[in-house]
Amino acid sequence: MSETLIDTSAAPKRGLPRWLRGNDAIIFAVLLVVILVSCISVKNFASTLTVGFLLIQIVPIILIAMPMALVIISGEIDLSVASTAGLTSAVMGVLWRDSGLDIGIVIVLCLLVGVAAGAFNGFLITTLGLPSLAVTIGTLALYRGLALVVIGDGKVSNFPTWLTDLSTAKIGATGIPVVMILVLVVIAFFGVLLHFTPFGRGLYALGFSKEAATFVGIRVGHAKFWLFVATGLVSSLVGVYWTLRFASAGPDNATGIELSVIAAVLLGGVSIFGGKGTIPGVVAGVLLIGTLTYALRLAKVPETTLTIVTGALLVISVVGPSLTGWIRERIRLARVRREVQRLSTSGHISA
Amino acid sequence: MTTTTVLSEKTPAHERRNPVAAFVRQREIPVAAALVALVLITFAINPLFLSPQSVKDLLLNATIMIILAVGQALVVITRNVDLSIGSIVGLVAFGTGSLFNIAPGMPIPLVFLIGIVFGGLLGAVNGLLVTLAKVPALVITLGTMYIYRGILSTWAGSKQYFSGDNPKEFGNLSVDTFFGFPIITIMAVVVVVVVAVILGFRRGGRDLYAIGSDPDAAKLFGIPTGRRVMAAFIACGALTGLAGILYASRYNSVGALTGSGLELDVVAAVVVGGVAIFGGSGTVVGAAIGAVLLSTITSSLTATRVDKFWQQAIVGVLILAAIVIDRVVSIRNTRKLRVKEARDV
Repeated sequence: MSETLIDTSAAPKRGLPRWLRGNDAIIFAVLLVVILVSCISVKNFASTLTVGFLLIQIVPIILIAMPMALVIISGEIDLSVASTAGLTSAVMGVLWRDSGLDIGIVIVLCLLVGVAAGAFNGFLITTLGLPSLAVTIGTLALYRGLALVVIGDGKVSNFPTWLTDLSTAKIGATGIPVVMILVLVVIAFFGVLLHFTPFGRGLYALGFSKEAATFVGIRVGHAKFWLFVATGLVSSLVGVYWTLRFASAGPDNATGIELSVIAAVLLGGVSIFGGKGTIPGVVAGVLLIGTLTYALRLAKVPETTLTIVTGALLVISVVGPSLTGWIRERIRLARVRREVQRLSTSGHISA
Repeated sequence: MTTTTVLSEKTPAHERRNPVAAFVRQREIPVAAALVALVLITFAINPLFLSPQSVKDLLLNATIMIILAVGQALVVITRNVDLSIGSIVGLVAFGTGSLFNIAPGMPIPLVFLIGIVFGGLLGAVNGLLVTLAKVPALVITLGTMYIYRGILSTWAGSKQYFSGDNPKEFGNLSVDTFFGFPIITIMAVVVVVVVAVILGFRRGGRDLYAIGSDPDAAKLFGIPTGRRVMAAFIACGALTGLAGILYASRYNSVGALTGSGLELDVVAAVVVGGVAIFGGSGTVVGAAIGAVLLSTITSSLTATRVDKFWQQAIVGVLILAAIVIDRVVSIRNTRKLRVKEARDV
């Protein structure tokens, strides 16, 4: 009797291989469907112009989404990313306007600002043991405030044209922006870091159970600290890119993108509880939101409907799995109950 | 308040003898002290800061934040969070505007009722998704924040309602005073007192703390956690609805962007007011003081002619300070509890 019970619950699942059944596969499938449907039904969607516009639109989101995915997988969160980007942009504007330094040095200094901002978050969270949600709400206000202090309500816009041109340049006739090379490098870096290094594998353990991670020898504080530094660095990179792309350094650059980034990461299958999620999934999540937004905009769907779609996608992506899980559990329980009943009645008869 | 009441029930008599020390150790004290210091320093630099008109403006500015912070505190105490409140404020405020547009003669209490019920319904959607789907509130309310905002933008389009479109008596709510206190501020105080009493002395209110400090233990103990969390979300939505109506009364125009970005300010006020972001402790009085503190900073910076650009940075520093103080207090409390338990054994 017990044998049959075990059999029903842990029967080897036949059919599709594992990588086709996972969460990632569902997101990729939805992404493909969206692209196909858009190609067929939306006018002007299937062109190289689309590729260029779509990709350049998602650059800031996809860049920050990479370290953010790692942060959320390790069970923390960083809400200060957009403010870090804004602070970087402000610092870049002021340095370029007032210091007379070479633009290369200015950019390096800006990236250091991001590293410092991330390190400050990391210090508060790991050394003082404060909750990251609260800390980064604080630094969200602080960094944005510092951006205002640095640059006031002024704007700086006379950046070298070769650089601002480069930020929107395309590779030949493909329509792919040059900056995608940088994006691919960042994706590859975080992908390899998360999936193929002991450090990255440790993050899953960390997000799943901090105590267990400590016992198996993962340096929890150390790992988290560097994650926040990485988030700060990438955010400042986005700040620099944002400044060059719009050829304007101001205190309100990149306001509010922290929630878009988190929405994309969660849509990409990363669990907000930590311990679950993949880099390909996150990339697909960002692309999905980007493509859908672009296609709907091209189909002249009002901007306002887009917000509803983004929100609904986010809710469905988290409610869906828990709903299917609940239904699956129900079906399993019902089957087990029937099995038990059948066995017990037949047992009685045979006895 | 909560920590001390819980403690005093268990502490033996010899530790209860100093009521002054117990009072000073309450969680609201650091925030209240910061508020008093802020007001006094600003007053010393610029005596006009406490002129009747300026005090009235201070109170009016704080009113809406107070109500929002009280609602948010209820949710945060249960170890959840509601990020959709900015959108709810916008929806209800715009709804109020269009209600007066359709039926100008509508009695004002009815408008309040409709707004509060509307807010409560929006909160109930959040609560249902959080309790039934068992998904963290942060994600759900991030989603509903987008959805509600999208619905509002679709509904409002580029339309705006101006305060001139509303009946005069409605606008007067945020102008008239009662013994020097604006009427809507008195409403906010009533809200704070009522919620504080429920939270501190009623069973349903105490349950919220139990759920926030350990959801699994609360369930084992027999507390209907789903129902209580649901109730917290509905209450938060209803209070946010009230704030939305007052917003329509207080501010010049309401439109598609009304209330956007408010959510993080309110969470900040709650955290500054000593409500732990992971639930289980803090009071609505603290949250309300936090809201007053954050909204007063803006005015005192203007009054003391500090560069307005410093304002947001100072808010950030305050939030961080509040979290650090909270941490220090909780570490001290745990140590004390451990020592006491060891002695009792």
